[in-house]
Order: sequence, then C-alpha cells, then structure tokens
Amino acid sequence: MSYDIAIIGGGIMGCATALRLAAGGMRPIVLDQGDLGQGASGVNAGTLSLQIKRVKLMPYALKGHHLWEEMGTAVGFAKTGGYTLAFTDREVDLLHERQTMKREAGAPITFVSNNALRAAEPGLTHAVKAASYCPEDGYANSALTGQYYRGKLQDAGIAYRERTPVTGIDRVDGYELQTPAGPVRAARVLLAAGAWLKPLAALMDVDLPVNARINTVSVTERMPAMMSHVIGHATGLLTMKQKANGTVLIGGGWQGKGTPQQGRGEVDVAAVKPNLALAQYALPALGTARVLRSWTGFEANVPDFYPLAGTLPGFDDAFVLGCVRGGYTIGPSIGQLMGDLILGRSPEMPLFDPGRSFEEDRP
Amino acid sequence: MTAADVDIAVLGAGPAGSTAALAAAQAGLRVALLDEQDAPGGQVWRAKSAAILSAPHTPESKAGAALRQAVADSSIMLHPATRVWQIARTGDGWQIDTLRDGATDSLTATRLIIASGAREVVQPLPGWTTPGVIGLAGATALFKQNLTVPGARTVVAGTGPLVFYVASEIRRLGGTVAAVVTPNTRRDWAGSLPAMLGKPALVARGALWVADLMLSGVPVLWGHQVTAVEGDTRVSRITAQSVTGASTHNFAADSLCLGNGLMPQVEAAQMLGVPLHHDAALGGWVPACSDDGVTPVAGLYLCGDGTGIRGADAAVHHGRLCGLRAAADAGCTSGHAMDIARRNWRRAARFGLAMTALSRPTPALAQLASDDTIICRCESLTRRDILAEIGSGATSTNAVKSGLRAGMGPCGGKYCQTSVARLIAAETGVTEGAVPPPTPRPPLRPVPVAAAAGQFDYDDLPIPKPAPL
Repeated sequence: MSYDIAIIGGGIMGCATALRLAAGGMRPIVLDQGDLGQGASGVNAGTLSLQIKRVKLMPYALKGHHLWEEMGTAVGFAKTGGYTLAFTDREVDLLHERQTMKREAGAPITFVSNNALRAAEPGLTHAVKAASYCPEDGYANSALTGQYYRGKLQDAGIAYRERTPVTGIDRVDGYELQTPAGPVRAARVLLAAGAWLKPLAALMDVDLPVNARINTVSVTERMPAMMSHVIGHATGLLTMKQKANGTVLIGGGWQGKGTPQQGRGEVDVAAVKPNLALAQYALPALGTARVLRSWTGFEANVPDFYPLAGTLPGFDDAFVLGCVRGGYTIGPSIGQLMGDLILGRSPEMPLFDPGRSFEEDRP
Repeated sequence: MTAADVDIAVLGAGPAGSTAALAAAQAGLRVALLDEQDAPGGQVWRAKSAAILSAPHTPESKAGAALRQAVADSSIMLHPATRVWQIARTGDGWQIDTLRDGATDSLTATRLIIASGAREVVQPLPGWTTPGVIGLAGATALFKQNLTVPGARTVVAGTGPLVFYVASEIRRLGGTVAAVVTPNTRRDWAGSLPAMLGKPALVARGALWVADLMLSGVPVLWGHQVTAVEGDTRVSRITAQSVTGASTHNFAADSLCLGNGLMPQVEAAQMLGVPLHHDAALGGWVPACSDDGVTPVAGLYLCGDGTGIRGADAAVHHGRLCGLRAAADAGCTSGHAMDIARRNWRRAARFGLAMTALSRPTPALAQLASDDTIICRCESLTRRDILAEIGSGATSTNAVKSGLRAGMGPCGGKYCQTSVARLIAAETGVTEGAVPPPTPRPPLRPVPVAAAAGQFDYDDLPIPKPAPL
C-alpha cells in the first residue's frame, strides 16, 4: 500500500493539511510518535488572542479565528473578548505602540478606560494603568485537539498511526519511512512534527535551524466566577482565562527545562512562581485558588520567528510546516494553505519559504 | 559537597521512610523526615488522635509508638503535617518545596529518599459511590485514629487478608459485621501457606481473625464478590454472588468496606524521571530501582511499598537497607548491617508478596461495573463514557484524559486511572503492562496560587524582553 503523502506529526498543522489534501483527492497517511494532538497542539493554553499575534501574521490569525469559531463546541471554543493590561509607564508605551500596529494590521483592537475595564472585570487590580480590548479574542480547549482531529480523520477516511515514531526516511521511488511497526511508502512527505522538526529533517540530511521554547501552563481547581474575558499582559508574559467549568488556566510563555530530543519538557518551579505571582497581581482573588497541575509544551521557532511553510530545501516532493508563532490560532488556516500548495493550487495567502535566510527580525 | 540544608531528605514517614531516616541518622548524617500526617507511622502504623490515647494497644499501635519514640530520640529533623508539592534538581542535590499550615517553605538535600507508600485499589461496581461505601484501608484509618466504625451494620468485601482484619476490628470496636465477602477461596489461601510459614506470628494473628468471625457466626462467603450496592442517600442493601454466578445473597447493611489490594504510589518517582514497568506481582506499575533502592536518577533512592507491595514488615527492612545504602554512598560505611537488612527484607517480602498475590483484583471483578457505573468520580464519568472515548480511537490513558478530563479533577487520576487503563487494555486486546499511566504533572499536591507565588514585589518580577512584534 502506497500513499500519496506521508505526514509526520499529527498535531493541528499535520491534521489540518491532511484534511485539505484528502478533500483535494489525495490519499494521505498521518504518523505520530505519540497520540494525535498531544504535543504543543494539545498542551498549550488555548488562547485565541489577536492582541498577542505578530503583525505580519495577522491575516493568518484572523482566518484562524474564523476556523476555530466554526469548529465550535467540539473544541471548546468560546469568544469572550480579551483585555491586555499595562501596569507601568513602560508597559503603557509598549501597549500603545504594539496594539496600534496590530489594529492597523486588521485586528479590531481598541483602548479602553479604567472605568470601562472595571465595569467589565471588577476583580482586576486597580493598579492597571492602561488596557486594550479585542472583541474577537477568546479561547478553545487544547486538550480536545486530539479527540477532534481523530474524529475528523476518521470521517474523511484518512489513515493514521499513533505511537509510531519515524526512525528513517529513505528515497526509493518516492519515500519509504521506517517505523517500529514496519515501513510506510508514500510519494511525498510533509514534516509537521513541531519541535521535533530538526531531528526529523536531519533524517533527510537537511539542517533546519529550529529551536524550541518550553512554555509552561498551570491550571487551578474549579473556582467561583472570577473573570469573564481572556486577560493578557502588555509584555505577553501572562494569559489567563476562567473556563466554563470554573478552572483557571494560567500561561504566558514562562520557560521550563529540557529539550525535545530528551522527551517531554520539565516544569521549572522558579519560572512558575513569577507566572503565578503576575496572575495574582492582576487578579488578587486568584490567590486562594489551588494549582492542580502545571505542564510544559515545546513551541518551535526559527531565528526570524516566522513560519516554515513550503518545500524542504533541495526537494520538490518533500514539504515542511511548523514554527508558526501563535501556531494554535493559526494552525488550522496555515494547514489549509499548505494543503493547497501541495495540491499544486495557489494558496490564497503567501507561504514562508523554508529555504530563506534566517536573519533575526526582532524589534 | 553542596551546602545543602541536610545530607538526606526522606519523604514519607511510614515504616519504610522512618526506618530509612533512622538508619541514615544513626550513621551520622543530617536527616530531615517529611510527612503529611501529624506524626510518623504512615497508614499502617497511624497514630491515635488525642481523644483516644487511652485506648487499648494493638500490634500496629505498639509498633507505631515504638517508631515514633525512636524518631523522637534521634537527631532526625521531623517535618510533620508537611505537604511536599514540588521536588526539583538543584546543582548536585534536591530542592523540596513544602506547604505547612498554608505557608510555603523549601529545603535542600544532597540525597533524597522517597518512601511514598501505597494507595488502595477499589474496583468500581454498580453503586460503589453510594455514601456508606469506604475502602478497606480507609476503614483501618478510622479504627486506628478515632476508634470509630464505618456504620451500624457493615459488609466487608474484597481480596487478600485485609477483609479479615477489618471485619475483626469492626467487631472488636463494637460494630456489627453482616458478612465477609471475598473472591479468594480457602484453596487460594492454602496455596499461600508455604510463603506464609516464614512469618508464623502473622499467620497466627490472621487465624485468630478468621476464628473470631467463624465462632461469632458472621457469614464468610469464600469465592464470592459484591456485585451491587443499593441505597439512595446511604447504603441499604448489598448483593453478593459466587464468582461462578451459582448463588446470590442479599444483606441489609448501612455500610460497605471494599478493597482490592494496594498499588504503589509512583508519581513522585515518575516525575523525577525514574522509568516505570508493570509487574502485577508487585501491585502494578513500579519504578525501576535496585534491591537497595538505588534508582537510575543520581541521588534518588526509593524504598517501601512505593517500590512494590510487600507489606509493612518488609518495608521496615527495606527502609533500613535503603537508608544504609544512601549513608554508604555519602561515605558512612555500616559493616554487615546492609547484608542483614537485605536478608531480613527478602524473608519478609516473601510473606508480603504472597499477600499481594491474594489481594490482586481477579479478572471477574473488572466485569462488575455496568455501563452506568461511575468510573471517574471527580468528573462523574461512567463506564459508558470511557468506553465510547476508547471506541472513538483514544487508546492511551493520556488520550482518554485529554478528551474526557478523566484524571484532571482534584484527585489527579488516583482513583480512576487503574480502571481506565484496564478498560483500554480489555478493549484493545493488549495487556495492562502495555497501557502506561498518564504523564504525571506537578505539583505533587495542590498548592494555593498565593502560597506558590510567595512574597513578591511587582518591580522585582523578572520580565524578559517582549516577544517579537
């Protein structure tokens, strides 16, 4: 049995691409070293916020929000609107500069008065100096990613194999992928393995400059209603939201330890403490909530912090998709674009050549 | 050497942990002993509450009192009523974050011994969440700490020796036992005799429990299992059937003690990177360690029932062996003491493992739950819910947890994961050993945001460079 394409990595991007390809008439197979949607796709904080998206990625994020809304309750989607807070003069400047640029890029962001903020979120600290608001913001439940896409792949008749790591990729009239459960043959390959892209591309003698951030998320026990919007911080170092079941999810990109090659990351309590301190500072009543779990997920990136989405350098039948900052939000939309590219159609938005030179693009 | 607060920190002050701490302290090391309870003794040698101090002694209370005295007379720094919520590597040693009376503290240690003990396995059956149903081990805690019994009229059911101990204690404390129901047969017990003969005192004690029940006319249903519990606000009726299904008995009762043996508590070791493997003879998933408790993680040792269910007697010797090993690694040699401890441990373990074998849930017990039986209590998920999720392709404990929240509630999966894993194994046609427990998540115990965050000033928050625009 030979497939039209083998997709390595069963996260949002791999699955969304597979669905687009199957809809376009290809026979894909999805392989994952673990379960579907249990990597970054399944362990991130689930924040869908245009206020923390990169300016140049805003069109992709706007499309992403639309797709998440369509997925709806099956992925725990909730459009709550979101506030981003600034506590110091420096943060106020940062907030104005950044959110103005994002608004110009198409996000419906406004600046709100302290009175309006307090009316909307009475539990927030009065130390807020400035705040911005975006009605499109909200969240979905990332833990449901695997369940959602497993069902979608089944409905589309797409083959998938879980707990099936790819240990070798050989060129033989297309590709032969080596796995502990035997070889898999396909005419094309798509590498969509998130933080594991670097070792995976190395199997094809390609060096992708992929690094991994180790983002930490914590969740509390169920609490009485404390907030009704997604809350962020001008620096991006805090995201929090209270789910319908009362649990409060706290993130913000605080760094854990470990590397993808070593397996799962490890929570660094020295990083969790300031994350929780910032959350409690913003919402003082949170202090009594007990933290039940903290965990980490790997967020892959390249030096310019823009996506890899295109053909693998030196190949015309091997592709790579990943390293999308805001990948949870953007994943479903960039997966569709990637599918179109592989199908030979022209994607409605430009993709990101993995063969470009990676100059740092930092403010 | 790092400038750690202590040479060795011991987590868990049951028979294994306390004895390990004593051995290391006697070797001349600075030892801290941490436990969630107010006094050492663990579950098995739990201290009496202040209200019942004058109650008659039992073998457990005597052993516990002797242990508490030994700890008090030693140089051990005891941290009672202390919850360990986080353990992290720091330099060559360990940092242990604790919570006591709502306040956090931390302690550093060069070496770490974890004696996390066991928790009870209760196989779900129709009605098992009705008020009035408690675990066998939970019942023993009532006796030991408060001298109370589970109800006015109790059915005691489950595997292994604990049913007879619990039934006998309920009678001794003035309660009424409606029946003892155990899937084990007299032949099962006879098969364990060779292993039991090494511990004649324990055999004699067990024989007394059974004799007491027989003489007092309490029905003992060998080869039977409780199949249903009825009652709205409280247990009212209990149905038992023979394992073969040939006979059915009903008992009016307001309480049920139910248990199917113990399983090692492995989460702390697992979180620190110790690999697990499945060994049904040891109670399920056990962490990798040598007989002396040395793990593949440098500076981390394990002892007692947390390494496999071998019982309190074996735990004492294992604790001593492990404490001496850790002390030897710290440069304190102990002559032949380790050899003696190892020999005693092996002898005691033989008895303990025979009891573990008798306590294992039988395959028939896993069939008792109906589609409507609750499997995950925190999230009120029934067997039907779990089976549907497995049927949709969620064939790992992580996948079921993600999709349904089974294991995301306050208990952290302690009460449902064994059942979930068994259902996955049965539905996908693999062994239980092919279905590992879900990835463990810190903290080890729930910790309030304010306590974890600690004292802080906004200006001191380490705010790194903002994300790229």
